[in-house]
Amino acid sequence: MVQTFGAFNQDTLESQEYLKMRFSPSSAPLQQRWKNNGVSADFLADYIITFFPNDENDPILSEKEAELKGAVSYIANELLENAMKFNMNTSLFPVKLEFMLYSDHVTLSVSNSLVSENVPEFQSFISELLNTEPQELYIRQIKQAEEDNLNTSGLGLLTMIDDYNADLSWTFESHLKNKAELPTHKGFISSFFKTVLSLLPHQSNISTLTVVTTTVQLSI
Amino acid sequence: MENIITKAYSVKYDAETTTVYFQGVMRLNGTEYVPIKQLLNDILEVDHPVIILNLQGLEVLNSSGISILGRFVFTVANKKTIHLIVQGAEKFVWQRKWVLNFKRLMPSLLLEWK
Repeated sequence: MVQTFGAFNQDTLESQEYLKMRFSPSSAPLQQRWKNNGVSADFLADYIITFFPNDENDPILSEKEAELKGAVSYIANELLENAMKFNMNTSLFPVKLEFMLYSDHVTLSVSNSLVSENVPEFQSFISELLNTEPQELYIRQIKQAEEDNLNTSGLGLLTMIDDYNADLSWTFESHLKNKAELPTHKGFISSFFKTVLSLLPHQSNISTLTVVTTTVQLSI
Repeated sequence: MENIITKAYSVKYDAETTTVYFQGVMRLNGTEYVPIKQLLNDILEVDHPVIILNLQGLEVLNSSGISILGRFVFTVANKKTIHLIVQGAEKFVWQRKWVLNFKRLMPSLLLEWK
């Protein structure tokens, strides 16, 4: 099942100009590879600005370049931080970061796996994000985080909208847990396994996972 | 008060001018922000008429860091006794964007740009 949320329609055609990165989050502890988020985001920002005209003597172009570079680096880092923080690390689906260049915009998107039980909470935050004035939500989130002494305040996605005028959209695709482990090349075994799974009581530890893709669109 | 100094970033408090200097690239995770939060809370233990946050050497900050600073501004605003000044650098384009949000949390906040 696929559900979508958000302010714009995803591009139906893949751009011919793109860069895709994949990360295997279970290969090292989160703390140890945290720096990779920033390194990857900065690389992507440097990569993207090579597609735009550059003239060091033109202050307007230079400022535009600095702005785009700052925006891409900030947004890509936030997307990766979220993906790494919330990814279900037993999932065999990799975390993916993709950049696509179109004639009047760029998109940055990140995919990661969530335990399906955590999906409703995220979706309700998304609808709050899409239906509330960003500045009002900013103040509300800061107050709530401080008053309830929370560790997170959900500012990452909000600042993309409020500070960088980005448009955001999401797709949620639910999968049988670790579908990649299933012997899909042998259709019979796969469908047999799925039947067995469907017969197991709901309380069993075999649950579904959801791959969530967050796409951020920036005008250029 | 413990200053925090690493290769990538530093947070230093100058008691004489009641100024906190933030420098470098701060894209920390939750645990790494704990000592910084502690330092900011410690400053509020004493009644100061003025506190200055100097961000002029702060190249990069992630949303967790923006949240730590925003929450500090919110706490200071609630005390109503402290005059808060935020010093930013125009060359870091992104600072303009989110420092203005601090002003929404504390309208009396004074912004100074270099």
